[in-house]
Amino acid sequence: MSELTWPAKLIALVVKDFRVELRTRYSLNALIMFALVTLFALGVTFTGQNLTFRIHAALIWIMIYFAGLQGLSGGFVKEEESRTAMALRLYAPSSVIFFGKLIFSLLILTILVVFLFPLYYILMNLEITRIWIMLLVLILGIFGLSATSTITAAMVSKANVKGALFAVLSFPLMLPLLLVAISATTVCLGGGDSQALWDSLKIMIAYPVIVTAVSFLLFDYVWNN
Amino acid sequence: MRDLDFLKIFLGILFIAVIVLSFVTGKPVRGYGDEFRIFYYHVPCAIVSFIAFLVNLIYSMKYLRSRYYLDDMKAASAAEIGIVFGVLATLTGAIFAKITWGTYWNWDIRQTSIVVLLAVYGAYFALRTAVEPEERRSAFSAVYAILAFIAVPTFGFVVPRLYDSLHPKDTLVSGGKIALGGTVAVVFFGSLIAFTILFFWLFNLRWRTGLLERSRMEKSYE
Repeated sequence: MSELTWPAKLIALVVKDFRVELRTRYSLNALIMFALVTLFALGVTFTGQNLTFRIHAALIWIMIYFAGLQGLSGGFVKEEESRTAMALRLYAPSSVIFFGKLIFSLLILTILVVFLFPLYYILMNLEITRIWIMLLVLILGIFGLSATSTITAAMVSKANVKGALFAVLSFPLMLPLLLVAISATTVCLGGGDSQALWDSLKIMIAYPVIVTAVSFLLFDYVWNN
Repeated sequence: MRDLDFLKIFLGILFIAVIVLSFVTGKPVRGYGDEFRIFYYHVPCAIVSFIAFLVNLIYSMKYLRSRYYLDDMKAASAAEIGIVFGVLATLTGAIFAKITWGTYWNWDIRQTSIVVLLAVYGAYFALRTAVEPEERRSAFSAVYAILAFIAVPTFGFVVPRLYDSLHPKDTLVSGGKIALGGTVAVVFFGSLIAFTILFFWLFNLRWRTGLLERSRMEKSYE
C-alpha cells in the first residue's frame, strides 16, 4: 500500500469514522433520541408559557450541550472498545487523529443542531430577529464544543469510568463558551444590545481557537500514553 | 529546613500583627463600614489560590518534560492547597455578600466564576482517581492542568469584566496604579505576604508528606 499524504489520511479517517457511525449508529442514535426526549419534556412543561429571550437561549444551549455530551466522547471511546486504537496509532501521525476526530465531532454536532434547532424553533414558537448572526453563533458554538471535547474525549477513553468522567472534565472547559453563547443567542432572539453581542462573539472566536491550539500541542501526551 | 525556622517565627509575628491591625486601624474603604475589613483576608486568599494554580501549571509543564514523579506530586499538592484557599475566598466573600447585599449567594458573576474554577480543579482530582497506571495518570493530569489554566484567566479576569457585578471594583488597582491608602496598604500587603508564605509552607509540607505516603506504599508492596 502506498503512503498517503497528510490531507488524504485525514479525509480517510473522517470517512472511515463516518462510515462506522452510519453502520453502528454508535453516537447519533443516542444523541438524537436524547435531544428529542429533552425537547419533548421542555415542550410539555412550557406549553402556553411566555418565555423570555434569555430562557430560550439558555434552554437551547443546555440542550445542545447535554445532547452533545452523550455523543462527543464516542469518537475515541469506540476506538478503545473495539481495540482499534493501536492500529490507528500505527497508521497515522497524532495530528491526523486529532484533527480527524475534531472534524468528526463537528459533523456529529452539526447533524444534531440541524435536526434540533428547527424542531425547537417550530415546537417552542421561537422568533429570531437576527437570523444570520444566530447561524454564526450556532456554528461557532459547534466548533467550540467540538474543540474543547476532543482532548477530554481522548483522555476519557483510557480511563476506568467513562461517561461520568467525560461530563466532569468537559464541563469546566465548555462553560465559558456556553455562557457567552447564551448571551449571544439572547441578543439574536431580540434581547440585549449589540455591544454585548460583539463582546460575546469575540470570546466565541478566541476561546475555541486557544483551546484547539493548546490541546493540539498536548495531544501527543495523551494519545501515545 | 532548619535554616528556615526564622521564617516560621516571622510568619507567626506577621499574622498576629495583621490580625490585630486589621481590626484596630481605620475603616479601609470609603462607602463601606467595618464589614469591609474582611477584604484583608478575602483578597489574599483569592490571590494565593491563583498563585497555587499557577504553581500547579508550572509543575505540570515541568512533569511533561521531565517525567519525574515528584513534579507530578508537587503539581497535585499545589492544586489541593489552591482549592482550600479558593474555598476560603468563597466563604469570606459569601459572608461579605450577606452583610452588604443581604444574601450569602446571589449568582453574582464573581461568585459563579470562582465556583467554576473550583469545579475545574475538582475535575482534575476526579481525573486523577480514574486513570491508571501512575505514568498515564500523571501525564493526563498534567495535560488537563494546562488546559484548565485556560479557564483560570478567562474566569478570573475576562468574564467578570463582561457582566454587571456587585463585587467592589477599583479598590485594589485603579487605572494601573495601586489604589490603597497608607495604613490600609501596609496591612493589606502584610496580609498578602503572610498568606503567600503560608501557602509555600503548606505546599512544602504537602508534597513531602506525599513523598512519605509513596515510600510507605512501596514498602507495603515488598
